[in-house]
Amino acid sequence: MRECVLKAEHLTKTVDGPAGPLTIVHEVSLEVAAGETLAVTGPSGAGKSTLLALLAGLDLPSSGRVLLAGEDLSALDEDGRARVRARHVGFVFQAFHLVPALTALENVALPLELTRQRGARATALAALEHVGLAARAAHYPRQLSGGEQQRVALARAFVARPEVLFADEPTGNLDSLTGANIIERLFGLNREAGTTLVLVTHDPQLAARCARTVCMDAGRMI
Amino acid sequence: MMRTVRFALRMLSREWRSGELGVLLLALTVAVGALTGVGFLVSRIRAAVTLQASSVLAADLRVDSAQPIDPAVFAAAERDGLRSARSIGMLSVVFAAQRSQLTDLYAVTDGYPLRGEILTATAPFAPGTAARGIPPSGVVWADSRLLTSLGARPGARLTIGAATFTVGRVLISRPDQAGTFSGLVPSLLMNAADLARTQLIEPGSRVHYSALFAGSARRVAALRAWLGTHLRTGERLRTIAEASRQIHSAMQRSERFLNLASLTAVLLCAAAVALAARRYVARHLDSVALLKTLGATRPFILGMTLAQLLAIALLTGAAGDALGALTQLWLVHALRGMLAARALPAPGLAPAGIGVLLAFALLVGFALPPLLQLTRTPALRVLRRDLDPPRAGVWLAFGPAAALLVLLIRWVMGPGRPFVMLTLGLAAFVLALLGAALLLVALANRLRGRVGVAWRYGIANLARRRMDSVVQIVAFGTGIMALSLLGIIRSDLTGGWRRTLPADLPNYFFINIPAERRTAFAAALRTLGARPQRMLPLLRGRLRAIDGRPVESIHFANPRARHFALREQNFTDSAVLGDGNRVIAGRWWSADETGQPLVSVASEYMRWLDLRLGEPLTFEVGGNTLTVRIASVRHVRWDSFKPNFFLVFAPGVLRKETGTYVTSAYLTARQARDLAALARRFPSVSIFDIDALLQDVRSMLTKAILAVESVFLFTLCAGLIVLLAAVHSSREQRRFESAMLRALGASRATVAQGIWAEFAALGALSGLIGAAGASAGAWYLTRYVLHLPYVFDPLAGLAALFGGTLLVAMSGWLATRSVLRQPPLTVLREGAD
Repeated sequence: MRECVLKAEHLTKTVDGPAGPLTIVHEVSLEVAAGETLAVTGPSGAGKSTLLALLAGLDLPSSGRVLLAGEDLSALDEDGRARVRARHVGFVFQAFHLVPALTALENVALPLELTRQRGARATALAALEHVGLAARAAHYPRQLSGGEQQRVALARAFVARPEVLFADEPTGNLDSLTGANIIERLFGLNREAGTTLVLVTHDPQLAARCARTVCMDAGRMI
Repeated sequence: MMRTVRFALRMLSREWRSGELGVLLLALTVAVGALTGVGFLVSRIRAAVTLQASSVLAADLRVDSAQPIDPAVFAAAERDGLRSARSIGMLSVVFAAQRSQLTDLYAVTDGYPLRGEILTATAPFAPGTAARGIPPSGVVWADSRLLTSLGARPGARLTIGAATFTVGRVLISRPDQAGTFSGLVPSLLMNAADLARTQLIEPGSRVHYSALFAGSARRVAALRAWLGTHLRTGERLRTIAEASRQIHSAMQRSERFLNLASLTAVLLCAAAVALAARRYVARHLDSVALLKTLGATRPFILGMTLAQLLAIALLTGAAGDALGALTQLWLVHALRGMLAARALPAPGLAPAGIGVLLAFALLVGFALPPLLQLTRTPALRVLRRDLDPPRAGVWLAFGPAAALLVLLIRWVMGPGRPFVMLTLGLAAFVLALLGAALLLVALANRLRGRVGVAWRYGIANLARRRMDSVVQIVAFGTGIMALSLLGIIRSDLTGGWRRTLPADLPNYFFINIPAERRTAFAAALRTLGARPQRMLPLLRGRLRAIDGRPVESIHFANPRARHFALREQNFTDSAVLGDGNRVIAGRWWSADETGQPLVSVASEYMRWLDLRLGEPLTFEVGGNTLTVRIASVRHVRWDSFKPNFFLVFAPGVLRKETGTYVTSAYLTARQARDLAALARRFPSVSIFDIDALLQDVRSMLTKAILAVESVFLFTLCAGLIVLLAAVHSSREQRRFESAMLRALGASRATVAQGIWAEFAALGALSGLIGAAGASAGAWYLTRYVLHLPYVFDPLAGLAALFGGTLLVAMSGWLATRSVLRQPPLTVLREGAD
């Protein structure tokens, strides 16, 4: 049995809605082993993205806890959780989330610079080369197509060699052909790096590429 | 720490390259440039005006005494690196052949005058030219009246005490005689080296000694401070400020205006920086959320933000300083022909330092609070874009800005009531703007159904961008108010000055007119072609007691007040309130009160001697003692160039047979030539030619008006640029929306009309409240700070209203019209920022 890198115990997230308290994630428990690929699927509003935010420490559960790389995220403050993310986590988002003021190369170098690693630019350039965008290193996000932007986001996600990669609908903003291309690269990079992948999607085909799938509906894991 | 700073600078330079910082940098640079440009120019013009004013003293600073001045004073001046000269004045009889005349002898040392010029001529009452140096040993320069009464011409021999001298030239004027009536007799200028030969100074002689000093402002201030603690009894310090009330009063007004102009520039900067910071924050929410997701901690983001702020302040401070210096150089170059021949003194470096400090202060007050909020952006925003940072408390959001504004107003206005009133007025104005803006936004929702599609889009925008609209109305309203307020008081100020010095202002004063010959003298003046002003009695006397307490026994905190209370004073009486006089307490007497023991006192006199309305004062006039009650307090415009008095008695109180009369008249150069004959016919009358002084003051006021006009223009331009920058702050959002509308089928014209509608509504409301605020502010500032009469000008109000609407609509249109040029697809692909 491989080591468990991510563990959720009885996660519940309740928010105040106009009609009273609303539970978005209800008593979810799961374990993800190092190197495993997990898809979280379900219809819109099922609570997939909220679960992802809780697992990555972007949000805190109302009850329950998350252990990421051995650290109890619930016991940490916002800065503590940020440090855990810097050391262990990478992200790919549906909306790419590149910094508009930075070039492709600078966007990729960002996680390395934040963790104060030497040779950030050279490493970032190598990562860009890996996704076939070395020639676009000096371009700003607005000068890149959607597919190219998501490739830059992939390079940024893998450049710091994270233990866990969270991906939130990574092909949601792309056409099917470009989306397929991105998926190939995502899984290719994941294989090479041996990263644990937690992927949120409502696309059954994409989910099928993962070793394990969990399905959510109305905040519960079914 | 260093890594954070390096990272911050790297991010900053990347943002700079991508153009993200453009608006913030431009707004700050223009702001600092405007302030330092004004600051540099003000400092130079202030120095030039001071230089000219100092010619009235013949020095920057002088010490007067009835005893020889303490040599320690000269030693201190030498130590401070100041130039110095001495003058010794006394009354003595001067003889020429068979005639003699009591004369005011004025002996001076080399270097005199340290400021200003001696004017001499070759014939009495002729136009003077600037003399080089002082009379050489053995030579005197006698004034026109002395030569006329002695029947002498240049080249004649005059006997003064035990020595004989040759008349070299005719003394037309010397700087330190102008505007004062201390000497009631003709005057003569001689070399101080010759004084011993006359053997006039003996124990008990009434001699007036002066020490004159000039040098850089810093050195003068050092000597002044030293003198503050080292002056001996009887020694009196005289500075430029008190040298001439006329010039001082004009100077104070121009300084106050220029200060207000600087303050306006600062207000505009503040509005622009606040708007630019809002835009910066709005555009960086996603980036900060992403950085946090990637592992950046809040202290890291805070450190990065502060380092960037510091770098921006330094950068814009330096760039703004350079811009300010260049602007001021250009201004001075452009004004060169119009300013006096003498080059303006070099500007001080103070404005440069203040510029950098201001950039820091503006960023800390107006940009730091929103930037601190930026660091609180939740990381979760990467998944939920609707998540904003938690709202800041009111104190954090507005506290630093309000504190900074109060400090700035205090710094520019100095302490006192105007500072308090201006601060309260500004606070009330901003609150009124806020209230009106919220009302407009609420009304906009109701209006939208009743107007066409373009207007609906524009008006709807107002309601939808609720907080943005409110902030913009406050910024525009403040800008319009500040600019039109400055516009109104600028015309009041320059108009007031021009009215002060009409071309036919009396340029000759006649003193010592015997009571019994005053009608004959007035007739003689009319024969010359001159129109004499009203004749006022002039009596000299002393204050003896205040409310029954002898003046000698009263302790005055201010040594100047003591001197003032004890010295001999000029009095007059009058049934009517003179021009340039305004009763500010009590009331002017009626015709029935003729002969009542009443006196009207100038406000300065009341303040210095700490007097109260209704208090009895006892005077000794012409051997009689009389006690009168203070019936009214007058504000006197000393710069009106009319005979004015600290003390005016009710008619019938003074026994005028013991006094003389005074009048003034305007004489052309041709008419003035016949004054010699007049002087011979009325030998006791002293004639004072203040033409030279008037010319000086006119030239100085022209400079001050020019400064006011140019500074106003500069502030206006700065204001326009800042307004444009402010409009630019919402450009990105409009860009996306207009693309969206066009993609949905709206024509360019429809979108353009919508933009016009939105900005016209913003501008109309800002203009309306701005105009009202400007009128109220102008009323207060004109009346209570600049001490000029305020006349409400409806045209100025309308100009502010319509000008403001047009200005905001135009600048909004100019800043956003490029939005319409871009293909909708490109914009929509990039997404909304």
